[in-house]
Amino acid sequence: MSTMNPPSGRDMPAGPKPLHETVEKGHHWRTRDDEFDAGKLGMWLFLGTEVLLFAGLFCGYAIMRMLYPEAFANGSHYLNWVYGGANTLILLWSSYTMAAAIRHTQLGDKARAQICLVITWLCALAFLLIKFIFEYGPKWAEGKRPGVLFNYPYAENPMEPMWWSLYYAATGIHASHVVIGMGLIGYLIYRNAKGWYGPKNYLAMENIGLYWHIVDLIWIFLFPLLYLIH
Amino acid sequence: MSSLDSHAGSAPQHGGGHHGSYLTSKGSLWADIANWATTVDHKKIGVMYLTALLILFFLGGVMALAVRFELLEPTRIVINQAGESVTTGQRLAFLASDGATANNIYNRAMTLHGAIMTFMFIVPGIPASLGNFFLPLMIGAKDVAFPRLNLGSWYVYVFGSLFALASALVGGIDTGWTLYTPYSTMTDADHWRLVAMITGVFIMGFSSIMTGLNFVVTVHKLRAPGMGWFDMPLFVWAIYATAIIQVLATPVIGITTLMLIFERLFNFGLFDPRLGGDPVLFQHFFWFYSHPVVYIMILPAFGVISETITVHARKPIFGYRSIAFASLGIAAVSFLVWGHHMFTSQGELTAAIFSFLTFFVAVPTAIKVFNWISTLYKGSIVFNTPMLYTLGFLFLFTIGGLTGLPLATLSTDMHLHDSYYVVAHFHYVMFGGTVIAFLAGLHHWWPKMFGKMYAETPAKLGFWLVFLGFNTTFFIQFIMGAHGMPRRYASYPDEFQWMHIISTVGSWMLLAGFLVHLFTFIHALLQGKTASANPWGGMTLEWHADSPPDEHNFAHEPIVKHGPYAYDRVVPPHTDPAEYPLPEKTDLH
Repeated sequence: MSTMNPPSGRDMPAGPKPLHETVEKGHHWRTRDDEFDAGKLGMWLFLGTEVLLFAGLFCGYAIMRMLYPEAFANGSHYLNWVYGGANTLILLWSSYTMAAAIRHTQLGDKARAQICLVITWLCALAFLLIKFIFEYGPKWAEGKRPGVLFNYPYAENPMEPMWWSLYYAATGIHASHVVIGMGLIGYLIYRNAKGWYGPKNYLAMENIGLYWHIVDLIWIFLFPLLYLIH
Repeated sequence: MSSLDSHAGSAPQHGGGHHGSYLTSKGSLWADIANWATTVDHKKIGVMYLTALLILFFLGGVMALAVRFELLEPTRIVINQAGESVTTGQRLAFLASDGATANNIYNRAMTLHGAIMTFMFIVPGIPASLGNFFLPLMIGAKDVAFPRLNLGSWYVYVFGSLFALASALVGGIDTGWTLYTPYSTMTDADHWRLVAMITGVFIMGFSSIMTGLNFVVTVHKLRAPGMGWFDMPLFVWAIYATAIIQVLATPVIGITTLMLIFERLFNFGLFDPRLGGDPVLFQHFFWFYSHPVVYIMILPAFGVISETITVHARKPIFGYRSIAFASLGIAAVSFLVWGHHMFTSQGELTAAIFSFLTFFVAVPTAIKVFNWISTLYKGSIVFNTPMLYTLGFLFLFTIGGLTGLPLATLSTDMHLHDSYYVVAHFHYVMFGGTVIAFLAGLHHWWPKMFGKMYAETPAKLGFWLVFLGFNTTFFIQFIMGAHGMPRRYASYPDEFQWMHIISTVGSWMLLAGFLVHLFTFIHALLQGKTASANPWGGMTLEWHADSPPDEHNFAHEPIVKHGPYAYDRVVPPHTDPAEYPLPEKTDLH
């Protein structure tokens, strides 16, 4: 990124400057580059903690699958890969539009960035709608529920409640990340409309973009583990 | 040659006028409260953490006293004249509102003591209070990398603590601080209290991650010009290694507590054998976090000791690089040894591997202890309170470390497992290590934090009460444990009573010691002598700031020209020679 300081007033055309030209570094930073690098480093560390959080669930999945392979094979038969696959495509596409929003911002194209952000937000909404309307809802109604709530009469294996427990825990925690992501992207849409982001000020957008990519990435692990492996 | 370049020498050569200090009042009381509640100044946040921590330490300490009080007599069941069986010695019964038995009350007090002291006091303890205050100062920065995140982490910590303490207000939980399943999933009466406690732990985990992440980035990105990695003070190295563990281990307790909440609310079955799960799986998850956490607790203490020992022995630290690398080494090994908490609940080969790995912890730890002792050798040791605590630390931590060896050895651990020997061992490490180092650091940095000197004589009295009280309380427990007294029981055979009495009397001495310290600190705040900028003759950058530091730490950004402990090369500026005369320059090395 550029190491230039914000341009001084006399180089600028008359009229009020857009907000992103007026953003200054925090008082404790030497340069805006330092601040930018620190923000990125902090975000990568946070993403590391996210991976470790889901790693615990993956460990639980691996151990229980090893102990009860039949229950888990049965379980994944109940899931419809079409819904999961559609959600995978939606998330992949939204990851692309998120990255495009950042690129458009770097190039100073606020309007295109805004369109990309809105598409990303709508994709997240679509993901949740598919999840709840076509997956959670019908399954819950049939009694395919986690743990003690399980009362599906045609279960083929006594360990199936365990499978549903892990399914709901993993996809539920992932879905909560999608909801948080919708809040963050909504914040970006609002701030971008106000003119906060531009070629020299896009750290927040890039960091939230990184977050959105990890949400996508975790789903890309969950999808084959839950839907495809029999 | 000064460690700062010349323009930094123009910082005010004060004694008195602290107009720009971070403690300066904003006018009215409400303005001050609003100012502190919304501050992003790392120094204020450090003081806010310190306050919260000391309150929680007091609560945890009261629980400890209650537990020891109950153990003054073995509880016996007797038949009264009406033919009912009643227990004698229900000394905690006045705490019961719901007809709980003495054992219930005892377990709840013991759990609350453990949970408060580990999750709420020792884990955030030194990094969040002293670390927050001094890490930026020691690397010559104006603040931590993310000041608002820092304030947020304090609020999250307080919120999480309140959540966890709420479980105590509605009766408390009786699982022990480890929250082991099946206790934590099957004790029905404690349903919501347990969820409250677990949620509190989950929330506090966020605070820990935020603090650790902030410190890692601060150390990477905000060191003063000229400060290379090996020019950093050792306290900074220790906090850095701690922060790495915080970031890498805490997410695991996050998912573990979530699983436990699901297990509790919906009977997921992951940890329940009746549903196909495995309670030992919980222990693996729990200790994969909670073993590294032991080093989150002790590494900052090592950092404090590295600072106090070199300043108060007036000598460059021996083996700077080996201490720095040992911190990272301990951080790395900490992730490989969680299984040694479960020797009795896993296969023989697994246990043997974990036992083997556990011994590796001794290597970097011993390097540090040897370096500290070598630093003392031919030093000009000043026996003030920070130094007394430092020497106390070396004594107690060495006992704590050496008594860990029989626990790391499989055959002896089978005998000592879950006995008072374990209780004594981890109190020697955590209390004799961390809390003693915390007190060393608090006295060492008190003049810098508040600009007031504490009174040396009562502080020394406090040290001796704490030191002797601690040994009286816990040394006897090694013997008790080796003779077979199990931990976590409110009643015990009569033959152990004399040892429990000694232990309980020791806990009262500890209480007296802490009250003396509370008195000296309050006295220092109200009537203490004004401290100079560098009362001890320290060389690290925080001693170049005013006492107390002004809002932006330094008048000019410091530029570092040599390492942090160059006592043989330079007399630091602002030292008050009348108060603490420096030794003649000697030919060290």
